[in-house]
Amino acid sequence: MALYSEKVMDHFTNPRNVGKIDDADGIGEVGNAKCGDIMKIYLKIENDIIVDVKFNTFGCGSAIASSSMATELIKGQPLSKALELTNKAVAEALDGLPAHKMHCSVLAEEAIRAAIKDYYDRHGIEYDKTLFPDPHDEEEEHRGEEN
Amino acid sequence: MTKVIYADNAATTAMSDKAIEAMTPYFKEVYGNPSSLHTVGQVAKEALESARGKVAKCLNCEPSEIYFTSGGSESDNQCIRSAALQGARKGKKHIITTAFEHHAVLHTLKKLEKEGFEVTYLDVHSNGLVTAEEVKAAIRGDTALVTVMFANNEVGTIQPIAEIGKVCRETGVIFHTDAVQAAGHIPVDVKAMNIDMLSISAHKFHGPKGVGALYCRRGLPLFTFIEGGAQERGKRAGTENIAGIVGMSAALEEACSKLKENGEYLTRLREKLIDGLLKIPHSKLNGDRSRRLPGNVNMCFEGVEGESLLLLLDAKGICASSGSACTSGSLDPSHVLLALGLPHEVAHGSLRLSLSEANTEEDIDYIVEEVPKVIEYLRNMSPVWEELEKGIRKHLI
Repeated sequence: MALYSEKVMDHFTNPRNVGKIDDADGIGEVGNAKCGDIMKIYLKIENDIIVDVKFNTFGCGSAIASSSMATELIKGQPLSKALELTNKAVAEALDGLPAHKMHCSVLAEEAIRAAIKDYYDRHGIEYDKTLFPDPHDEEEEHRGEEN
Repeated sequence: MTKVIYADNAATTAMSDKAIEAMTPYFKEVYGNPSSLHTVGQVAKEALESARGKVAKCLNCEPSEIYFTSGGSESDNQCIRSAALQGARKGKKHIITTAFEHHAVLHTLKKLEKEGFEVTYLDVHSNGLVTAEEVKAAIRGDTALVTVMFANNEVGTIQPIAEIGKVCRETGVIFHTDAVQAAGHIPVDVKAMNIDMLSISAHKFHGPKGVGALYCRRGLPLFTFIEGGAQERGKRAGTENIAGIVGMSAALEEACSKLKENGEYLTRLREKLIDGLLKIPHSKLNGDRSRRLPGNVNMCFEGVEGESLLLLLDAKGICASSGSACTSGSLDPSHVLLALGLPHEVAHGSLRLSLSEANTEEDIDYIVEEVPKVIEYLRNMSPVWEELEKGIRKHLI
């Protein structure tokens, strides 16, 4: 299949870490059903380490593959490492995404950040606010990226 | 690899054996240029004119009213541009169309709007149909053209072409129809239906790609689309694609000879497929159920996204298509589904299965068995579906 790399197809057809965590410590949801993709990340955190992570995604093949790869990349990692994860790293780990699908990797990065922020907020943990820019209109941003 | 069930015949069809057989000699033995005066050229010329006669017969017009083109898009462009030019010369700069035409029509009209034309886009309602009365009500003194597609390429709805043709003839407005999805699938009769201009494309009825035709009623001026030669009576320069044209005429002749039996067979398969897929909860058939192409099924499934659905079906050997944004190459889902009034989030979960005579009852059984599994799998990982099920988000279908 020429549309996606073998790695994207592998993560799309056999996604890792699909599901939910009932007693999650942090949950992040980004995207918009109107635009065709929503990503939801669940984190279980112990001593600043992501001990478990699950995702639910509504979206195209690359959105599901990006979610799967992103969860793989942060599982077992300290939060500081997870916060450093960029969309580029997700795309590269998937052996690349078509140009018009790069926003899927952006969603994965944003979903993880949103989940970590949720963890900090819920647990009253102090954090560097600049790491988490104000929530913006996701639809707007989503559109802006492609144009 | 597993067996491939090709159910994307609205995108393109496999060539028929008859079309391939008819074309083959024109690559090697009959290689002449029809414009050449010698025997080698004249043999090609005869083939060209014989093909023109066959196409004309299938559409019920004169051979001199058929012009060969590179396909449906070119035919649409030339017909619309031609009618617009004529209208403009008489000070008529209003065009009527529908909101869900093919982009070959819509984009041409968008350009004409920039050039000073006014375009009325008729609502196609939730069933994907316009009425002749609506067309009649939109016609004005300065209307130059009505262009309404014969059958829609995504949802397969068949417009009341004969009735619209009658209205246009009575009011003296040029009537063009994009019959790319209709020709060779349902009866098309330009005389009985009062059609002035029409577009067809060979690869939609088991002919080769890159070749099509337009019909322009005698007496109606046709403007020259490609300059540079006397081919196609000076209306379309360029050495003719003889093999393609011969292949198209053979394919159309064959399709038209089996119109009734193929139509009945496909309608049976279609109904079975629709019944099977409608059993999936929160699913919906898009477009009128009975006034649609025999082989067209277009459904929406809530809570799933079309591209992932397509890719998973492909892995199971089922080739289909979707109107989701991810498959359209743009950010919005199909303009056709939006024209039917579907919300964006529902339109993203669309699936089009377009059947051909090569499909069997067993194919339908397999599709009906596999699609629900894929939908369930995707819904299980969909946060949208979760919200729908929990009542946080309202079911729309």
